[in-house]
Amino acid sequence: MIALLRRDLRLAVRAGGGFGLGVAFFLILCALVPFGVGPDTAALQPIAAGILWLGALLACLLSLDRIFALDHEDGSLDLLATSPLPLEGAVAVKALAHWITTGLPLIIAAPLFGILLHLPGAAIPALLVSLLLGTPALSMLGAFGAAVTVGLRRGGLLLSLLVLPLYIPTLIFGTEMIRRGQEGGDMAAPILFLAGITAGVLAVIPFAAAAALRVNLR
Amino acid sequence: MIELGKYAGAVIGAYGLSLALLGGLIWQTLAANARARRDLERQENRG
Amino acid sequence: MSIWEYANPVKFMRTSGAVLPWVVAGAVVCTVTGLVWGFLTPEDYRQGSTVKIVFLHVPAAMMAINIWVMMLVASLIWLIRRHHVSALAAKAAAPIGAVMTVIGLITGAVWGQPMWGTWWEWDPRLTSFLILLLFYIGYIALWSAVEDPDSAADLTGVLCLVGSVFALLSRYAVFFWNQGLHQGASLSVQSGERMSAVYRYPLYLTMLGFGLLFLSLMLVRTRTEIRRRRLAALQAREMRA
Repeated sequence: MIALLRRDLRLAVRAGGGFGLGVAFFLILCALVPFGVGPDTAALQPIAAGILWLGALLACLLSLDRIFALDHEDGSLDLLATSPLPLEGAVAVKALAHWITTGLPLIIAAPLFGILLHLPGAAIPALLVSLLLGTPALSMLGAFGAAVTVGLRRGGLLLSLLVLPLYIPTLIFGTEMIRRGQEGGDMAAPILFLAGITAGVLAVIPFAAAAALRVNLR
Repeated sequence: MIELGKYAGAVIGAYGLSLALLGGLIWQTLAANARARRDLERQENRG
Repeated sequence: MSIWEYANPVKFMRTSGAVLPWVVAGAVVCTVTGLVWGFLTPEDYRQGSTVKIVFLHVPAAMMAINIWVMMLVASLIWLIRRHHVSALAAKAAAPIGAVMTVIGLITGAVWGQPMWGTWWEWDPRLTSFLILLLFYIGYIALWSAVEDPDSAADLTGVLCLVGSVFALLSRYAVFFWNQGLHQGASLSVQSGERMSAVYRYPLYLTMLGFGLLFLSLMLVRTRTEIRRRRLAALQAREMRA
């Protein structure tokens, strides 16, 4: 499993896409928003949390189809499926690799982009915690979507159509948490919900994703 | 004609749109069914 | 008489063909009578004539949810027991569910405009219906994207399972996110009389009518799918011969 994780990480770094592109996309999005809504602090501040979360969501979406597509093309996915490692485990490891290459850089970059969007300093811990708790679920659900669409010729658009509705609960609780952090409210409920969703997703979705992969490899 | 009062537009609009949607669905269902039946009959007669 | 007998498409075709005229007749009678009766009901003292929209809105919304549940059950039956007709029934039901969801949303918007002063409000019930529509669209898109019918049935089945959990989760998340304008349940057993009998009986009738309408459309669409499958099988056999 660790070997698989290392291999995936190395491939992502060598291809040059993984670490850089997601964050660059995130930066462009954050830079474009003020052009769309105007540079006023009063206009940016209330929507900063939402923009950051949406940016993280979309940046995550961009690299999803690569989770399984390349391995499917060169046949290494078939090898993985026949290896002694359960396919559920392989799915979880691949989702983890995706999270390390896209989710983690996003989390590190998010406070900086928060400053760009005039997010108040008090909300930044909430931003970090919400992303830290929420993004693993995004990667795991994305792996499920990628597993469902892996064999399809034009899977990219379908993948976003299938995955984005699944992101709704995470998005709601993530932004709600930052909003409460901004206002100094009680954050316990959104934290618990966010963590609960992520834990549930991590526990159950690998099985669904592995089932979908087995169908696609048949 | 029954009196619908000042909301006539809303009521007729809601009924009109909904019935149009249902009609479209029913039409599509029947058309697809007729096509499938026709194609199948042609195939069965040939073979 | 068990559902397993109908895993045989020939048997399903025979029985559904025999039942279909009765179901269609029931659907037409109930829906038309219910809607005409509903259209002739007196005006509500607060809502005016817009109360007549309820006879479309509530049955459509009810069916939108029930059809998803039916698809979930059908998908489970397919995934567990490889009941082919069940998978096709789930496929056949999805577009009907999507149309019902759209009708629920449109009639709600048209109703909300004079009542709440806005076409759309990010109210929990409205929002969760929009999310339900997204799930229907994704499900239908996946069915049409996968070529191999058995794989398509498997993948959409898994999607339906995961989607159900998330549709439900989104519904509660949305309540957390925003408190709504929408009134509570229009009909409920415990709270007794919420709606006067003048409106209640035609509403029951349209609800029954929409249920039968769904059943007849679903049967016809399943029959279409079975015929398409048979056609594809015959063509494949001809190619090989």
